[in-house]
Amino acid sequence: MIFTIAGKELKALFASPLAWLVLTFLQLILAFGFLKRLDDFMQIQPQLIQMANPPGITELVAAPVFATTAIVLLFAVPLLAMRLIAEERRNQTMVLLISAPLSMTEIVLGKFAGLMVFLLLIIGITTLMPLSLLLGGSLDFGLLLSLVIGAALLAACFAAVGLYASCLTAQPLAAAMIAFSLLLGMLLAGETAADGLRGRDLQVPAALAQVLSPLKNFEPFAKGVLDSYSIACMLLLVAVFLILTIRRLDAARLRG
Amino acid sequence: MTAQTAEITVSAQGLSRKFGAHTAVDNVSLELKRGEILGFLGPNGAGKTTTMQMLTGNLAPTSGTISICGVDLFEHPTLAKARIGYLPEHPPLYRELTVLEYVDLAARLHRVAKAGRAAAVAEALARCGLADVAQKLIGALSKGYQQRVGIAQAIVHRPDVVILDEPTVGLDPNQIREIRGLIHELGANCSVILSTHILPEVESVCDHVQILHHGSTAFTDTIAGLKQFHGGRMVLLGLKRPPPAADIAAVAGVARVEPAGDTLFRVSFADNADPSEELARRAAEKSWGLYRLAPAQSSLEDVFVHLTQKEEQT
Repeated sequence: MIFTIAGKELKALFASPLAWLVLTFLQLILAFGFLKRLDDFMQIQPQLIQMANPPGITELVAAPVFATTAIVLLFAVPLLAMRLIAEERRNQTMVLLISAPLSMTEIVLGKFAGLMVFLLLIIGITTLMPLSLLLGGSLDFGLLLSLVIGAALLAACFAAVGLYASCLTAQPLAAAMIAFSLLLGMLLAGETAADGLRGRDLQVPAALAQVLSPLKNFEPFAKGVLDSYSIACMLLLVAVFLILTIRRLDAARLRG
Repeated sequence: MTAQTAEITVSAQGLSRKFGAHTAVDNVSLELKRGEILGFLGPNGAGKTTTMQMLTGNLAPTSGTISICGVDLFEHPTLAKARIGYLPEHPPLYRELTVLEYVDLAARLHRVAKAGRAAAVAEALARCGLADVAQKLIGALSKGYQQRVGIAQAIVHRPDVVILDEPTVGLDPNQIREIRGLIHELGANCSVILSTHILPEVESVCDHVQILHHGSTAFTDTIAGLKQFHGGRMVLLGLKRPPPAADIAAVAGVARVEPAGDTLFRVSFADNADPSEELARRAAEKSWGLYRLAPAQSSLEDVFVHLTQKEEQT
């Protein structure tokens, strides 16, 4: 049943020009960044060869490409997620889902899954660019895998926040603004709080503050480190916002 | 079949819904058996839509219980909802889907088994007269067709209870007739609840009627009972040379006389009395020029006005 709703959301995404625009612009930005990085790499390659333990092409080219994707996701996900619930409420189509024999959890997870499939597609095309380097060289697949997992978790965090923002209002654009402000606020607050608290040697509060900042949690992945604490932080963030969304929608039925 | 006819499909007891301090629905109860068509009648804001939202699980009642085919809506919401088909006031349509895609989606959401899904969708499309536009985008359809798509969505999973909120609003007379025919057909093997403020609609389609006013039930009975309740108790009396109303009221068995025009009177009868014959005799005797003595038509309208205004006075 979750798949049915996910399929419906995907169809709706691709029926709107927004999804195609996001994919197009993302591809343009990524291609530009990728080629620039590749060019730089070619120029410094002679110096790299002289180094004892030189950074590889994956670290110098693939990692920055994924960093760009992370930033693009920060802007794109609120826009892609805004319609999920807000538009259904504005068009009064939510009734179809609520009247159907579905639990609120299934509805929310279905919508989340639909958006995630699209975001994984974005990550997929991001991955294709470094993979194209296989034509003329070899890659560090460990680092690449770590980047893909990190980007997927990052996208999941953004999507969960975007979905929650979308259930707060019946205006899609307002939902996008809420999601964006929420994300930016969380990133800044999480980052500064984590650094500040760690500076004062308050390790536990610092570790908790880190939950708020998905970008901070993405950092180890960019270095090829599968940090279980970062993974846990991101999964926790996703779970919290999905539960908030479910509760919010259930409450709407009580409140009317 | 007789056992099935007697099966109770919808049972709601003591439904109330408050929005803050405002009580939208106050202690409404209803019970419906398979094969019955119930008409919800009431002016705008009477609580029809709120009641329907509660019956379909879209809104939680402040108090009261609802069970669908014996399944409690609040304890087993998904089981109960699987037996309901609901067309809200604004059909919940996805404009970017084709009619076929949309009805198929509705079937999936209602957990219609894969094996019979294509057949169920085709049947719903055929019943709603949508077979010709199956491949069109919903957004490109006219209002009447969109309304039909909304109904198709509500019946595709062959529910036991179909709840239609103002199904004929915005349709032309031909379409209204088609939709009424469809509702009749649905009533053959499931229960239908429909809301409307169009009075003849209830008369022509429903066999039970429940009149809501200010959130509570003002009247509930069968259509036949309603006609009897009203039609037998009031006549329209036309006199070319009308006497003072008091003279008509003096006839034994007449409860009340209201002028309804220069020469027309609405004559209400006292309980268990039928003074029609006496009225005719008196009119001939006194040469009042009787030209009309007929049961008051537009009966529902009268009952409606009568009931709702009576309530306002109390």
